[in-house]
Amino acid sequence: MSGEIIAAALVNGLLTGGVYALVALGLTLIYGVLHIVNFAHGSLLMLAMFAAYLMATWAGIDPYLGLPLVAALMFAVGWGLYRFVIGPVSRGEDRALLLATLGLAVVLDNLALVLFTGDTRQLETPLTFAMWQVGPLLLSVPKLISFAVALVLACVLWAFMALTDTGRAIRAVAREPEGARLMGIRPQRMFALAYGIGVACLGAAACLLLPSFYVAPSVGNVFMLVAFTIVVLGGMGSFPGAMLGGLLIGVTESLGGLFLGESLGPICISVVFIAVLLLRPTGLFGAAR
Amino acid sequence: MTNSLTGIRLTRRAALATGAATAATLAAPMVARAQPAAIKLGLIHPVTGALAFSGAQCRLGGQMAIADVNAAGGIKSMGGAKIEALLGDAQGKVEIATSLVDQMAEAGAAGFTGAFASNLGLAATTAAAKYNLPFSIDSGIVDSITTRGLKNVFRFFPNLSMTIGGAMPALDGINKAAGSPAKTAVLVHENGVFGTSTAKAVADGLAKIGIKVLGTFPHATPTRDFTNIVLQIKALKPDLVMMTNYENEYVLAARTIVQQRVPLMAMYSVLGGGFNLKFAKEAPDVAENMMDFNHWYNVKDPRSAAFRKRVEGAGHVLTWEVPFGYFAVKLLADAWQNAGTADKDKTVAALAASTFSDHFMPYGPTKFIDGQNQGAQAVALQIQKGDIAVVWPTEFASAKAVFPRPKA
Repeated sequence: MSGEIIAAALVNGLLTGGVYALVALGLTLIYGVLHIVNFAHGSLLMLAMFAAYLMATWAGIDPYLGLPLVAALMFAVGWGLYRFVIGPVSRGEDRALLLATLGLAVVLDNLALVLFTGDTRQLETPLTFAMWQVGPLLLSVPKLISFAVALVLACVLWAFMALTDTGRAIRAVAREPEGARLMGIRPQRMFALAYGIGVACLGAAACLLLPSFYVAPSVGNVFMLVAFTIVVLGGMGSFPGAMLGGLLIGVTESLGGLFLGESLGPICISVVFIAVLLLRPTGLFGAAR
Repeated sequence: MTNSLTGIRLTRRAALATGAATAATLAAPMVARAQPAAIKLGLIHPVTGALAFSGAQCRLGGQMAIADVNAAGGIKSMGGAKIEALLGDAQGKVEIATSLVDQMAEAGAAGFTGAFASNLGLAATTAAAKYNLPFSIDSGIVDSITTRGLKNVFRFFPNLSMTIGGAMPALDGINKAAGSPAKTAVLVHENGVFGTSTAKAVADGLAKIGIKVLGTFPHATPTRDFTNIVLQIKALKPDLVMMTNYENEYVLAARTIVQQRVPLMAMYSVLGGGFNLKFAKEAPDVAENMMDFNHWYNVKDPRSAAFRKRVEGAGHVLTWEVPFGYFAVKLLADAWQNAGTADKDKTVAALAASTFSDHFMPYGPTKFIDGQNQGAQAVALQIQKGDIAVVWPTEFASAKAVFPRPKA
């Protein structure tokens, strides 16, 4: 196998990993604050992809230009879902929260089937087939854009959580809800905000994915398992962990597929996952409890 | 007309219709009660789950056929008996397909159609065989659906052996007509039973027509990225890429081949999952000149154009599943017409002797041997100017194949 192909697979893995990381960022934020695994994550990604698709086909808005709009829309969806569905249904119980997100996933998936049928849709944008030649490598421009935007968004998210009062309030609620309440922070409001931001990340990921991927009611499942793997691998609730975990999984998947074939390749993800957890049970950046 | 059954489908409209029909029957004079009883037909498809789109397309065709038969006066030899649909959602699960057959048989079904996927078809036909109720397969391609000795099962459409058996001569014919420029190929297939068995048969077929296989790339379903596979294909420099996979992976792989600028004479798939009119319209840069050996109607038959207009006019995409669903029901209706009864044994006998020709598939009149229509065949298709053209065999061709495709 030529070095050129190996180099291309390595770069491709990194670029793909950037988008995986963005999907995982929202999941890790929701886990970090609400301490629940959001089973509706894949379904909400699917919803965001359909929103971006409809925006492009009905209103002619390019997915990249529509990114802020879709992210804002998904924030509103996430905030509303927590405020009016997940929060009231869970009554503060983690187990009920988990089941509420699972129920939400079932409802969203089937609603999409009714509205859009099980059909696969795709979108050709002016950049869909744009490639950037770097030496012998042909790099996909949509993937490069996804990677760059994912990195920027991860930094913005980190800065928001670390440097703003609202970010500090969310972290305070995540760590000690009662203490935060005594300081005048309303936990339910912060939970809804965190859920909204987590879902807004999916809005951004959807717009970045759409020019080079398909959309169908089942599309969320394609990313769901890999996002969970990244979150656990990186350390549950850790932003740098999700970013690094995404890149690591992207490269592992790509090189594994290249050397072992696309049937056996996915096993490499599990091998790396198990190896990291054996050495660091809390994940790459997970805090020891 | 749609019946409502516990565990099958209950809609308010159906319940109201049934209630209204019952009330009307009770209130009507004797002459109204002499109206022949409706023939109940079970339609079993996966309309939710991963196969939902294709299942719904088959169901759409079936319901169109029922509406047409009823609008034309029902089964005339039975005094104008109407067909009544019992709708069942198999959800892609064999145990549910089996259970639906039992439920519908208990509800008085005189026959079945379905079930899109081969595994569902195998399970549902076995269940129907217990009652010897006729089952008209509308899709479900594996040979074994009709080779297990079940007397009640009939397939109007070609099986897998017939399809693959036709795919290689078609490719050979297209290649020879262009001066035999294609000499090598690479196979890309999903790693399940469908993709693996089809790819193996394709590889055997290619050897017979003198095309060398340079590499075979199985992949999982779902696969999120095809860049690695495509880079390896590019390094092998094949003349042809032949894909056998499901819709999502078909679309992604084809797109990546174009992105990575792999110079090919053609992409020729056998039963390509994503090869349809929607693909042609949504991804014209990828789809143009792609070829697929698959099911399609006889485009030269004027009835097919009217059918397409009707489907598209109702806001649906015309895929091969729609005429399959349509003619699977029409075949049964023809058998009931010929038998003059919905008696299961007489219907099965009528199907076995069927010479059904009121269709626009490229098959000719039906001739069943062990439940398989011998004249059925798939055809070579190519996307040309955003539409699907038949390019082989020549007697059904609507256009000449663009092969090798023009270099970008």
